[in-house]
Amino acid sequence: MTDQTNDRSLEKYRRMLRIRHFEDKAEAIHAQGEIPGALHTYAGQEASGVGACMALGESDYMVGTHRSHGHPIAKGAKLRPLMAELLGKATGICKGKGGSMHLSDFSVGSLGETSIVGSGVPVATGAALGSKLKGDGRVALCFFGDGATGEGAFHEGLNLAAVWKLPAVFVCENNGYAVSTPARTHVPVKTLADRAKGYDMPAIIVDGQDVDAVEAAIAQAVERARTGGGPTFVETKTYRYADHAVNMGRILLDRGEEVGEWRKRDPITLYRARLLEQGVSAETLDAIEREAADEVEDALRFARESPLPEQAEAFDDVFTAAVPIPDYLADA
Amino acid sequence: MAKVTYLEAIRQAQMEEMQRDDRVFIMGEDIVCNVFGTTTGFVEAFGLERVRDTPISENGIVGAGAGAAMVGMRPIVDVTLSSFLYPAMDQIVSIVAKSRYIYGGQAKLPLVIRSCLFYGNANAAQHSDRPYSMFMNMPGLKIVAPATAYDMKGLMKAAIRDDNPVMMFEDGTCWSSKDEVPDDPDFIIPLGRGDIKREGTDVTVVAVAGGVPVALKAAKQLAKEGISLEVIDPRCLMPLDRELILRSVRKTGRAITVDPAHQTCSAGSEIAATIAEHAFDALRGPVLRVCTADTHIPFSPTIEKALFPTVDRIAAAARRLVGIEQPAAA
Repeated sequence: MTDQTNDRSLEKYRRMLRIRHFEDKAEAIHAQGEIPGALHTYAGQEASGVGACMALGESDYMVGTHRSHGHPIAKGAKLRPLMAELLGKATGICKGKGGSMHLSDFSVGSLGETSIVGSGVPVATGAALGSKLKGDGRVALCFFGDGATGEGAFHEGLNLAAVWKLPAVFVCENNGYAVSTPARTHVPVKTLADRAKGYDMPAIIVDGQDVDAVEAAIAQAVERARTGGGPTFVETKTYRYADHAVNMGRILLDRGEEVGEWRKRDPITLYRARLLEQGVSAETLDAIEREAADEVEDALRFARESPLPEQAEAFDDVFTAAVPIPDYLADA
Repeated sequence: MAKVTYLEAIRQAQMEEMQRDDRVFIMGEDIVCNVFGTTTGFVEAFGLERVRDTPISENGIVGAGAGAAMVGMRPIVDVTLSSFLYPAMDQIVSIVAKSRYIYGGQAKLPLVIRSCLFYGNANAAQHSDRPYSMFMNMPGLKIVAPATAYDMKGLMKAAIRDDNPVMMFEDGTCWSSKDEVPDDPDFIIPLGRGDIKREGTDVTVVAVAGGVPVALKAAKQLAKEGISLEVIDPRCLMPLDRELILRSVRKTGRAITVDPAHQTCSAGSEIAATIAEHAFDALRGPVLRVCTADTHIPFSPTIEKALFPTVDRIAAAARRLVGIEQPAAA
């Protein structure tokens, strides 16, 4: 392994661990009531997000979903503003106005993590159109789940991207469930990649637990997009360990042995084994894990010490200019 | 200054802004064939990259407009008839209106969504909508509904230069109306400023879009009876020029709103509520609404026309308000 591939491999390992520790911590403090609202965790799907984002350049765009924590971390976002957002703090990446479903860091190329299923697909298509018009060579990647492929927005976005041969990559993170509904009850085609056939769009199916395989598949799609070959559909077969949202008071769906079976192919465990096999030392990998855990602790400390937003901030960013604040809230 | 139609004003505004700024482009259904004449000469001037025909895919193209805007373009999306905004509700409401807010100001969406209010022409309920009031209930959207060619040109140019999403509602009943329109490429009417279309002393009539020419006709007719109407056109419904409206009502003490939208929760209703809330002490009678009746728009012209605001209904409302003041003398 050359130093360069070594660095790249360790970076993938680092980002997956950041996500896992971030999610474990978020779930724990959500259970204690420290995070308000619903919490949708990405644990189990790390290889999908990290593999995909590692195949993108820093200036490439990314659009994601309500399961929003993993994508920005995969694309290289700093953890502090993300954790602060979960706690509803003014220092949050969205200033406390987005929360768990919208951890979107535009500084790393994100164009939103949107919580209406499928609604990000036309946005990514539009970003790709912008790239094409500007000729700046940027690619727009869109994450969505298996459930999104039943939405009109998904089909309209794919159709536009295909008709216009846009530099877009559509990544279907197939975790097997649309909330609690298994894919077999809501998808008529054999594989989700078959959805792409109607748009004459090349499709790749990849093991979403294998970060290297995901990266290679997306790299191929990115290359096609960047060289004028148009969009590609990539299905990453993956799994989320938690229920649709965590700590909801009851489990929506008892998946029985299935979770345990998938944990045997945990993306981080698999990758650690591969790196050890490739000659990376256990000490190196342990140190990366400690750093990731420390970064999450640091982010939580930052979030806890951060101020809450002022009432008047509920009126910021409706437009680029200020909007009137009602009298009864003006002094709140 | 040259005298041009309302549709030509749209064409000129778009043409000038596309010449001025490379980031502006237009996409929509049948843009190239140019159904209504608002993109005449555009393909020749700007090519097919910046003048794009789209699939019939309103949700997709509005969302694509949002995405392109987020990466620094300034798209004009033409969905043609306003009735076709409904398939795009998902993107307009959840993406266009909310993205700047939910991401804490990280997103900027300089996007214009054009559509026509295509009523009064025997096209039945699914093609005759006037839906701007629905969007007034959604923060994050600027809403413009001009009634004259002059206003259209200045407001369309302002909308294209605005850094926020703007919905332009183009009233089909005003399409062929003509007006002197400035040639100055920097002629702009700032969004959010209303206009006094006719000064008067007895009754304030706040009229929206195609309601404006109808209100002006009513004013002309009532002047002969010695009743003086002041006709105010807010031009923008969001932001709304409340000061101009309230100042006029404080002067006349009487108010009518005229709105081609269905009455319940219409722009006219919101304006009436604003007047009642903030100028109640100045009112000498109720605020009356002359809107479109709360039923669907039927196909048959004989029963369609009377549903929209008419000169007679505005005149009757004005007489009622003036009469209320002097019941004994009457």
